[in-house]
Amino acid sequence: MNVEVRPVVPLASSSVGALAAMKGVFSRDMKVAFRQRQDLLNPLLFFIMVVTLFPLGVSPEASFLREAGAGILWVAALLSVLLSLDHLFRHDFDDGTLEQLVLQPQPLFLLILAKTMAHWMLTGLPLVILTPVLGVMVHLDGNSIAVLCLTLLIGTPVLSLIGAIGAALTLGLRSAGVLLSLLIIPLYIPVLIFGTGTVAAAAEGASVGAYLALMGAFLMLALTLAPFAAAAALRISLSNG
Amino acid sequence: MWQFFHKLGSPKWFFGISTRFMPWLLMSGIVLLMAGVVWGLAFAPKDYLQGNSYRIIFIHVPTAFMAQSIYIMMASAALVTLVWRMKLADVFVKAVTPVGLVLTFLALFTGAVWGKPTWGTWWIWDARLTSMLILLFLYGGVIALDRAINDEKSAARAVAVLVLVGVVNIPIIKYSVEWWNTLHQPATFKLTEKPSMPAEMWVPLLLSVLGLYLIFGWLACVRMQTEILSREQRTRWVKEFVLKGKV
Repeated sequence: MNVEVRPVVPLASSSVGALAAMKGVFSRDMKVAFRQRQDLLNPLLFFIMVVTLFPLGVSPEASFLREAGAGILWVAALLSVLLSLDHLFRHDFDDGTLEQLVLQPQPLFLLILAKTMAHWMLTGLPLVILTPVLGVMVHLDGNSIAVLCLTLLIGTPVLSLIGAIGAALTLGLRSAGVLLSLLIIPLYIPVLIFGTGTVAAAAEGASVGAYLALMGAFLMLALTLAPFAAAAALRISLSNG
Repeated sequence: MWQFFHKLGSPKWFFGISTRFMPWLLMSGIVLLMAGVVWGLAFAPKDYLQGNSYRIIFIHVPTAFMAQSIYIMMASAALVTLVWRMKLADVFVKAVTPVGLVLTFLALFTGAVWGKPTWGTWWIWDARLTSMLILLFLYGGVIALDRAINDEKSAARAVAVLVLVGVVNIPIIKYSVEWWNTLHQPATFKLTEKPSMPAEMWVPLLLSVLGLYLIFGWLACVRMQTEILSREQRTRWVKEFVLKGKV
């Protein structure tokens, strides 16, 4: 009798390099996001609306807006990143993709890094692109707007990376949204302080190199440490369910 | 050495040994704290600038000191939880988080009471005050996460991750707000320098810090024992303890 010998088909091929796997995760996330465009637009609309609240709620005076503008834009950006974090793992968790991701032979933290980068491209980067328009609306001068964009460009990836830890920790919990904000906002404070501080320094005519270097240090720290923490948190959350 | 390490992980062993030294912790804690507070409030000399209002320092500094060192202790325990999965470590974290929260709140409250006569305001957005407020948020977050996860083991590990992420952030938060705005006087005690106040003032202060430390130790033991009893309720030794009253 002739027994057919079939090769074992590995579920995941470990011959795929880590970089290729990261690229795969990244492009998949982008593709999925662009099929639900409304979800992409919502954080941006939220960003614009929060900024609108300040002139209406506090004062439409140009002098106030000029002074507070950078802070308003930073807080609004922070909140809108926070709002979008819930989506980072939620859909993948619901349909089981996340479990497959955890089972991949490639290091999980790299895959999470790729996911977080996709998240930043879809939320943080559009915010940065939108900032000049809103900056003009709150009467910031050209130099301040340029510096503000630069700080947001360095700062929003930090927000996404730290947020990934919170999103991973609160995955699958009741009232995850509020809990996520509670856990993450204290960790966002240094980024906010330095982000707005840089713009204030620029407005006073001081050199901003040192501030930007510090923000860059935050980014490096977040890039190297946050994915590990998020990976550990993700494993815990998945073993929970 | 290794045997000791293994024993340390056993809730039953801890329960027995802590019952033995808890009265000592409590007694010495009360004696030191009373001595420090009474000496400080009634007998220490007046401050030449702030008058009697400075005396709240004998309550303010111990609570603020404990609030910070409890978080550091929690972070060490969280590391132990993640690396060695030691049962007692996550019992410790769970037991002391509310204590840390309350002490942080007390530090902020006594600080506000002290700030009113000294700075003329209850609250200012000063670096120290702000970083203590953020510490309060961190404690609150840890408790909220712990309550939100039903499974005990995953709750302990998730909390451990959060506490560790927080402890990496504490120096960053501290220096960022310090750079941002400072009015608060520098720390009262530094390991490297002699205190800038006379001995009649800093000795009672040191006594009350040590006293609160010991009382915290006692409180941690009580809370850990309660937690252990509820976690190990199905084991034979807990049943025997409940029936006979001893381990």
